[in-house]
Amino acid sequence: MAAPLSVEVEFGGGAELLFDGVKKHQVILPGQEEPWDIRNLLVWIKKNLLKERPELFIQGDSVRPGILVLINDADWELLGELDYQLQDQDSVLFISTLHGG
Amino acid sequence: MAANEEVLALRAEVTQREEELSSLKQRLAAALLAEEESEPERLVPVSPLPPKAALSRDEILRYSRQLVLPELGVHGQLRLATASVLVVGCGGLGCPLAQYLAAAGVGRIGLVDYDVIEMSNLARQVLHDEALAGRAKALSAAASLRRLNSAVECVPYAQALTPATALDLVRRYDVVADCSDNVPTRYLVNDACVLAGRPLVSASALRFEGQITVYHYDGGPCYRCVFPQPPPAETVTNCADGGVLGVVTGVLGCLQALEVLKIAAGLGPSYSGSLLLFDALRGHFRCIQLRKRRPDCAVCGERPTVTDLQDYEAFCGSSATDKCRSLHLLSPKERVSVTDYKRLLDSGASHLLLDVRPQVEVDICRLPHALHIPLKHLEQRDAESLKLLGEAVRERKQGTQEGAALPVYVICKLGNDSQKAVKILQSLTAAQELDSVTVQDVMGGLMAWAAKIDETFPLY
Repeated sequence: MAAPLSVEVEFGGGAELLFDGVKKHQVILPGQEEPWDIRNLLVWIKKNLLKERPELFIQGDSVRPGILVLINDADWELLGELDYQLQDQDSVLFISTLHGG
Repeated sequence: MAANEEVLALRAEVTQREEELSSLKQRLAAALLAEEESEPERLVPVSPLPPKAALSRDEILRYSRQLVLPELGVHGQLRLATASVLVVGCGGLGCPLAQYLAAAGVGRIGLVDYDVIEMSNLARQVLHDEALAGRAKALSAAASLRRLNSAVECVPYAQALTPATALDLVRRYDVVADCSDNVPTRYLVNDACVLAGRPLVSASALRFEGQITVYHYDGGPCYRCVFPQPPPAETVTNCADGGVLGVVTGVLGCLQALEVLKIAAGLGPSYSGSLLLFDALRGHFRCIQLRKRRPDCAVCGERPTVTDLQDYEAFCGSSATDKCRSLHLLSPKERVSVTDYKRLLDSGASHLLLDVRPQVEVDICRLPHALHIPLKHLEQRDAESLKLLGEAVRERKQGTQEGAALPVYVICKLGNDSQKAVKILQSLTAAQELDSVTVQDVMGGLMAWAAKIDETFPLY
């Protein structure tokens, strides 16, 4: 049984518009049988935070192309992507890449 | 009294002279540009820049404030003078970037942009001016830079960067700056830089946010390493739809110039393998660590599949511009032109005009007789909004034939959101959540209204 985790979830680059324009969310992930990883964090976000048009954020069991996931300010690719196991006080940032100029 | 008259007369004369001067300036700018445009299009600069052994007296004076920086010094300045930089996009990022490169004494600056200057560009694209609206951005930028620093060679390319021309062009420059505004061009520039072995300083901005990084530098990742798949076209917002503050592109363009100058002077960039995020509303800069170069990257990996430039518009499913897309969700009979709507309005026939733009755009301009309900409220089936809509329909139905369906016309800025709203209203009537109505949208929206019906109506 994994203990509840306190995690900072942040959105930027326009991704926050799918979350009522709120960029920073301090969330408590409830204790559960299996450890929390990014894969089930995404499921939790979709159910608890996402306000509209999930297809603009989620694709399959991951984020859609064009959204960069950063765990404690590092590219999630360096940390195992969906399989990264969250630690208490982690910060996870979802940033939509910009193209304007 | 005499003095008073003299003041008036002088004021009148000053006004008149100012008008003359302004008209002369406009004619001069247009004449300079016409001279430029009449030159045959050169796709490539003539020759590589020759090495430079020493700075002249004038150069020493001009660059003295940066020359005394030990990190740069004469050595760095000489490197800048023989460096060439290709700027892709002469818009909100490209203008401040090119301005600082020219001011700092970069030897040659290539300026690529297929687009022409519009009035709505001037709040952020600071090399262009009012007198040159409608003219090519690449030529205008080159003319401005020459006025700033005549020693810098500016090479305008008033054409789109295409898979056919990009590689040849990129090979002729030492450093490339991506200041473009669309996804296909970003992949095109990246692949050309990888294939030509050039570092790419890439920035982007939207609303109050900006991002900057350096790709393909000294074994670092390229754009495709970080973004192997393009984003779905419908998730990409341009500056016209999302808005952007000029200072934000300015900050990012300056940061980009800094990275280019450091690379060109041999100091090395700061953001290779990392991405700087700028949030102007909160005043935050945040630097995050990007992944390493991917051994399986399609273009810079160990067994690349992209060995030639491709069709990037097909790859991204969008066009290589930031112009607004036109959706086609409705059949022709579900749409009316602004001319037909004007005729109907003049006839006095009972109907409802529904404006579905966001509040911030309604604050800019509106048709006074329109009911305003933002598309977002319709999408969310917002109870308050549906009540308002139902009441408006019932009210307008009084005095019409019993049982007849009320015509509802939906309007937005350009005629995309209005189509989405028609679909929603159709489903509401089908579910009998709304009285019987016939719904059509006004093609081209309020911008078509401004262009064809009422020229006093604001364009934005």
